[in-house]
Amino acid sequence: MRGAEAFIKALEYEGVKVIFGYPGGALLPFYDALYDSDLIHILTRHEQGAAHAADGYARASGKVGVCVGTSGPGATNLVTGVATAYADSSPVIAITGQVPTRLIGNDAFQEIDALGIFMPIVKHNFQIRRSKDIPATVRAAFEIAKTGRPGPVHIDLPKDVQEEEFDIESNPIPAKVDLPGYKPTLKGHPKQIKMAAKAIMAAERPVIIAGGGVNISNATEELLKLAELCGIPVCTTLMGKGSFPEDHPLSLGMVGMHGTKPANYAVSECDLLIAIGCRFSDRITGDISSFAPYAKIIHIDIDPAEIGKNIDVDIPIVGDAKLVLKDIIACLLKSCGTDGKGLNNQNREGWLRYLESLKRSNIPKMDYEDIPIKPQRIVKELMNVIQELKLKDRFIVTTDVGQNQMWMAHYFKVHLPRTFISSGGLGTMGFGLPAAIGAKIARPESKVVCVTGDGGFMMNIQELATIADYGIPVVICIFDNRTLGMVYQWQNLFYGGRQCNVTFGESPDFVKVAKGYGIEAQRVTDPKDIKEVLREALLSDEPYLIDFVIDPSEGLPMVPPGGKLKNIIEPVRAPPRERIPSFQEIKRKLLGETREKGLSKDGPQEMGTPVERETY
Amino acid sequence: MGKHGKKQETSTHIISALVLNNPGVLQRIAGLFSRRGYNISSITVGTTETPNMARMTIVVKGDDKILEQVVKQLNKLIEVIKVSDLDVNKCVKRELCLIKIHTPDESSKSQVIQYTNVFRGKIVDISHESLTVEITGSSDKIDAFIDLVRTFGIKEMARTGLTALMRGSKVLKPRK
Repeated sequence: MRGAEAFIKALEYEGVKVIFGYPGGALLPFYDALYDSDLIHILTRHEQGAAHAADGYARASGKVGVCVGTSGPGATNLVTGVATAYADSSPVIAITGQVPTRLIGNDAFQEIDALGIFMPIVKHNFQIRRSKDIPATVRAAFEIAKTGRPGPVHIDLPKDVQEEEFDIESNPIPAKVDLPGYKPTLKGHPKQIKMAAKAIMAAERPVIIAGGGVNISNATEELLKLAELCGIPVCTTLMGKGSFPEDHPLSLGMVGMHGTKPANYAVSECDLLIAIGCRFSDRITGDISSFAPYAKIIHIDIDPAEIGKNIDVDIPIVGDAKLVLKDIIACLLKSCGTDGKGLNNQNREGWLRYLESLKRSNIPKMDYEDIPIKPQRIVKELMNVIQELKLKDRFIVTTDVGQNQMWMAHYFKVHLPRTFISSGGLGTMGFGLPAAIGAKIARPESKVVCVTGDGGFMMNIQELATIADYGIPVVICIFDNRTLGMVYQWQNLFYGGRQCNVTFGESPDFVKVAKGYGIEAQRVTDPKDIKEVLREALLSDEPYLIDFVIDPSEGLPMVPPGGKLKNIIEPVRAPPRERIPSFQEIKRKLLGETREKGLSKDGPQEMGTPVERETY
Repeated sequence: MGKHGKKQETSTHIISALVLNNPGVLQRIAGLFSRRGYNISSITVGTTETPNMARMTIVVKGDDKILEQVVKQLNKLIEVIKVSDLDVNKCVKRELCLIKIHTPDESSKSQVIQYTNVFRGKIVDISHESLTVEITGSSDKIDAFIDLVRTFGIKEMARTGLTALMRGSKVLKPRK
C-alpha cells in the first residue's frame, strides 16, 4: 500500500467524513489516493477558505475538522486559518504536502519550512519522514487535537512518503498511542472542589463568567444547573456565547470591551467570580488592576497554564469544565441536602434585584426606522424571523470580525452551544463566509447564516464560487457600510477623528457579484423590507446573499482598551468624510507634482500654494 | 494598585527538562521562550540515560510569576516529558569553559599554568603564542578565572552554559 492510501485509511479510521482542501504538486499522490476513497472533499477557492471551513466544521460539530494544502504557498495560505483555530482552541488537522525528503533543505520548487512556520500556531506538529510512521502519527495527531484543551495539529507530508510502498499489516493503525509527555488533567482536585463549593455557599454577590471552554466540554447542562441551583447570574465571553441561554432570567449577556452594562457591572461589583473555561483575555478584563476588585476568584480551566497567567486567582481548579461542575454541584448538594434548599443564599436577593433592575433599565433600542438601516434593526428582525420560522434549535450563525461581529455578540441572543461561530482570539477578518461553509457541511439540517461586513466579506469573497458550485444553501447577510467600521470607530474615538484608510468606494455591487457567481441576491435599503427578505432567504434551499445598506456612522458602546469595565463610552457619531484619492492624483504625487494640484488630508489645495513643512 | 499584576522580585532559576529527542524539539522550546518574551541566560542540551530522551538545562531570569508560566508553558509542549524548577541550593551545577590565552613568552605561560592548577583546570592545547585551558565548575569560578587571565589577553573563548542535576537520589522521571 502507498503512503497516501494509508494516510486516507488513517483519516477514515478517525471517523473523518469530509475534508476541505486545495490540491497541488506535492499532493498529487494524496489526491490520487482520494480518487478511490469515499471521503467527501470540498474544493475551496483558496487554502485559507479550506482552513476556516474545517474550523467552522469543528466548531459546529465538536468533531475534528480536516484541511489540506500543498507545499509552499499552499501551506502559507493555511496559516491564518490554523492560527485562528489555535487562538480559539478548535480541533483542526492541517495537512500540508511537502517536497520529497531528498529535496528538503535545497530550496526546491514550492518548498517552505512548514514545520517551522506552523510550530508556534499549533498544539503540535509532525513531519512524517517514513511511510511506516503514518498510522501512528495520524492517530497521535487526532488524539492531541481533540483531547485536553483542543487545538490544531499540523502534519507535513513529503511527496515521496506519500508514494512510498509499505506494509500496513506490519504497521497497523494503533488503537492507543503512547504520548509520554501528554496527560491532560480532567478531574478537578477534590480539595479545590470543596473550597469552591464553600466559597459559593458563602458568597453574597456571586457571578459566573462562562467562556468557550464550557461550549467545548459540553458543560452547558451543568452550568445551567449550577446557576439555577444557587441563583447565580451568568455572563459569557464572546467564545462562551451559547453556553447559557441568553433569554434566561439569570443571563447578563456578554462581558468585556463590548459587553453589556449589567455584565460589566456585575463583574466589577461581585464578591465571588466563578470563571469557567475562560482565559481572562484583555478584551474581557480591561484594566487588570481594577478587574473584579472585590471578588474572590474561582478559575476552572483544563489548561493549567491559563491559571494565573493574566489574573491572580484564589481557588484554581484544573480540569474539564463538565466534570468539575458536576463535582461542585454534587459537593453543594451533599452539604445542603439533595433538594438544594439553603443554597439560594437569602443575602443574594438584593444582588439579584440590583442586576435585574440594571437589565431592565438597559434594554437596548433596536426597533429603529431609520434609512440608512441601523444594524440593530437587522439583528432584531433576524431574531424575529428565527422565532417565527421555529428555527431556534436548528440555526447557526457565523460572523466575521469587526462591528458586524460585535453587533451580533451584543444584541443577538444565543440559546444553544455551537450555534454562534466567530473568530475571537485572533480576530480574523474573512473568517465568516468559509466558516459558514464548514458549519453547513457539519450540520446540514441546520439553517446557517453568515453575518459579515463588507470588509471581511471581500477578504474571502472567492468562496462564493465554492458555495455556488456545491449549491451550499447558506444565507449571507452583509452589513454593508463601505467602511472598516471598527477601525473607523477607534479613529473617531481615540485619534481625534483622523479617519485614515477606513473608507471603501461604491465598488463592487455585491448583488451583481453574487449573481455573477450564480447566487440569488437582494439589496435591502429600507428597514420595512428586512423581515420579508430574511424570510425568503431562510426558506430558500439555495445559497442567498442579502446586501443590507447600513448607516456607516453607527458604532458600538465600548470600554476603551485597558479601561475599567464600568467605564462604558458611547461611540462618536462622526460621518465618514475620508476622500479616496484617484490614481491620477497618486500619479501626480509620485511624480513630484503635488505642489500644483495638492493631495493633502485637508482636501485639494489651491494651485501654486506651497506646502509648508518644517524640515529638520 | 489593585490586587492583580503586582511587581515581584527577579531571580535566577535553573530549569531542568526531559524532552523527547525528536528533530525540531530545540526549535520548539527556543521558539516558546522568544515568543513569550522569556529571557534565557543559557541553554544546554544533551542525551540522557534513555536513548530517545534529551535533557535540557535552561537558566532563566524572572520573577516567580514568570517562572510559573515558563514551567507551565514548557509542560504544555507534547515533546516535553517532565519539567522541574531546580532548587538552586540543592543541586549540582557545572559549566565548562575553553579559553585560548595569549602567552607569547615563557613567563606568561608558566604564570597561566600556575593559575590553571590553582583553579584545577587543564591545559588542553599549547602553541608558541597561546595556551588553551579547560576549566570546569560553577559559573562564579569560571568568571573568576576569566577575570584573572584577562590581563594576558583572551584570544578566544567558548562557554557551554550551565548544566545541573538534583542532589541526592531523587531523579526527574516521566509521569506514569
